[in-house]
Amino acid sequence: MSAPLLIAGREFRSRLLLGTGKFSSNERMKEAIEASGAELVTVALRRADLTGRHDPFANILEYIDAEKCLVLPNTSGAMNAEEAVRLCRLAAAAGLPRWVKLEIHPDPRYLLPDPVETLAAAEILVKEGFTVLPYINADPVLALRLQDAGCATVMPLGAPIGSNRGIETRAQIEIILEQARVPVVVDAGLGAPSQAAEAMEMGADAVLVNTAIAVAKDPIRMARAFRAAVEAGRDAFEVGLAAERRTADPTSPLTAFLHAAK
Amino acid sequence: MNSRLARFEALICPCSEAELEARAREARCLTRRHFGATMRLFAPLYLSNECVNSCRYCGFSRENPILRVTLTPEQVETEARHLLEKGFRNLLLVAGEHPRYVSRSYLVECVERLRALGVPSIHLEVGPMETDDYRPLVEAGAEGLVVYQETYDRRVYAAMHLAGPKKDYDWRLACPQRACTAGFRRVGLGALLGLADWREEAAALAHHLDALLKSCWKTFFTVSMPRLRPAAGEFEPSVHVSDRDLAQFVIATRLAFPQVGITLSTRESPALRDGLAGVGVTMMSAGSHTEPGGYTGVGREDLHRTAKGCRVELASGAISSEGEHATEQFAIADARSAEEVAARLRGLGLEPVWKDWDPALAGRR
Repeated sequence: MSAPLLIAGREFRSRLLLGTGKFSSNERMKEAIEASGAELVTVALRRADLTGRHDPFANILEYIDAEKCLVLPNTSGAMNAEEAVRLCRLAAAAGLPRWVKLEIHPDPRYLLPDPVETLAAAEILVKEGFTVLPYINADPVLALRLQDAGCATVMPLGAPIGSNRGIETRAQIEIILEQARVPVVVDAGLGAPSQAAEAMEMGADAVLVNTAIAVAKDPIRMARAFRAAVEAGRDAFEVGLAAERRTADPTSPLTAFLHAAK
Repeated sequence: MNSRLARFEALICPCSEAELEARAREARCLTRRHFGATMRLFAPLYLSNECVNSCRYCGFSRENPILRVTLTPEQVETEARHLLEKGFRNLLLVAGEHPRYVSRSYLVECVERLRALGVPSIHLEVGPMETDDYRPLVEAGAEGLVVYQETYDRRVYAAMHLAGPKKDYDWRLACPQRACTAGFRRVGLGALLGLADWREEAAALAHHLDALLKSCWKTFFTVSMPRLRPAAGEFEPSVHVSDRDLAQFVIATRLAFPQVGITLSTRESPALRDGLAGVGVTMMSAGSHTEPGGYTGVGREDLHRTAKGCRVELASGAISSEGEHATEQFAIADARSAEEVAARLRGLGLEPVWKDWDPALAGRR
């Protein structure tokens, strides 16, 4: 049994975080969450009803079992710190958890996070008592600055959202992992379970997956596949991967005969 | 020309059925990857069919002797309440261009009232304005602006737009840039198909979009390729644009501009809309009316005609003989209700998304 994930003093058995966008129906999303075993599920606030009126046309939150998962509101759509902070305050006032996946991507095409605005928003939100999980480019110095600001995790991207290109930022993520004082969640770009396993083998504390599961032909089976991959990768990391060598390593020593003569 | 534009131009050249099918498959994958298995839904809400322009193809053209009305802000609220009940959380406010009836302050009041009513997402499709005139609308909470160039062919443009401010091609062409500068988050471009060769329109639209993508990197752009529909004035399209042409245009746009939104309205038939929904379209209207007061019948008591800028009252009894509502901009081809469209989308494996924006993100609170 691998060690639990600890974020801001709260324990999670699952190291797979799930995004809820892009599913073909809320019912399938719900089934995929269950199959994934995820206990932290992020929802775009812009798709939810924040007025408390239980809007049947914006009821995505009703498909997430609050007994089994913690809803992690996200600020997708915010273009600067001011908008992100305003959205978080509104979500908190609407009774959502004071946890936030801080996403600020002013470029609507590549959805790459704005480091300046993200840091500014994180500083405000932490002071206001939010548990902040910022989505960032794989920038080690930014990761350190956010930890200094009191963020509960850092969430560097493997590749742009929805790109399915895997861990293109490997070298930078390795530095982030080496320097991390909080859990590191590799977020975005993971298109295959093997890529999720790779992130976990590298020592990432968790991964966040959305597109690869949501738009799969069978999101439930794909959720299960990611779950297994994350568990496999974590186990391998905890056990310790064998070092790479250029030559074969026979299980019976080839020079045993030298000792046999004595 | 950059590689994106070169690719687009290659994609709109005549091609075989097999090629188009292969591209449709790729377009479907790209759409799913970037937008998910979802469809944003919106409804047009016509505020006014008064217009100072004379455009040969448009039902609202100023010399058409149609029944006209401008809804009061209270009547706009009534229409919006009806649309909210139907599920819409994204409304497109449409009006003819008439500074007296559809003034900036009138539009600001409409936006403010709809925001107060709880409409999360408000877009405008009204006569082009100066950047500084757009700012109060953005501040009031309007999220997006739609302005179609209609035709990118200057000669055809001049022949179609006979009088009014719309005659100025360049003023209109620069409008999306002004909208971005003023702070609209989403800006819609489009070409009205049926006026000039569609391939040339498509290429010009792609150039327009490409330039805007570079200068306005924070704006989310959507593209529309509406085909002319029957309307008052009985204008006949000068060129025929087939379903296949339209499909090729949509697919080429998706492949060359993977992250750009594509809108398809009720101008198109149910079969075509269902078909293109999975391939590249990301936003649809549904259950639409294209006349002011079309959803609830408000404004009926104020129907009149307008001749040479002056209001002409109707003879008593004239309204009932004409159907008791303002004249529509064009006839729609998909008459299904919003509920029916949503159910069909679900059947196609697409989640209808009604709310995809929260007013907390921008504007005054």
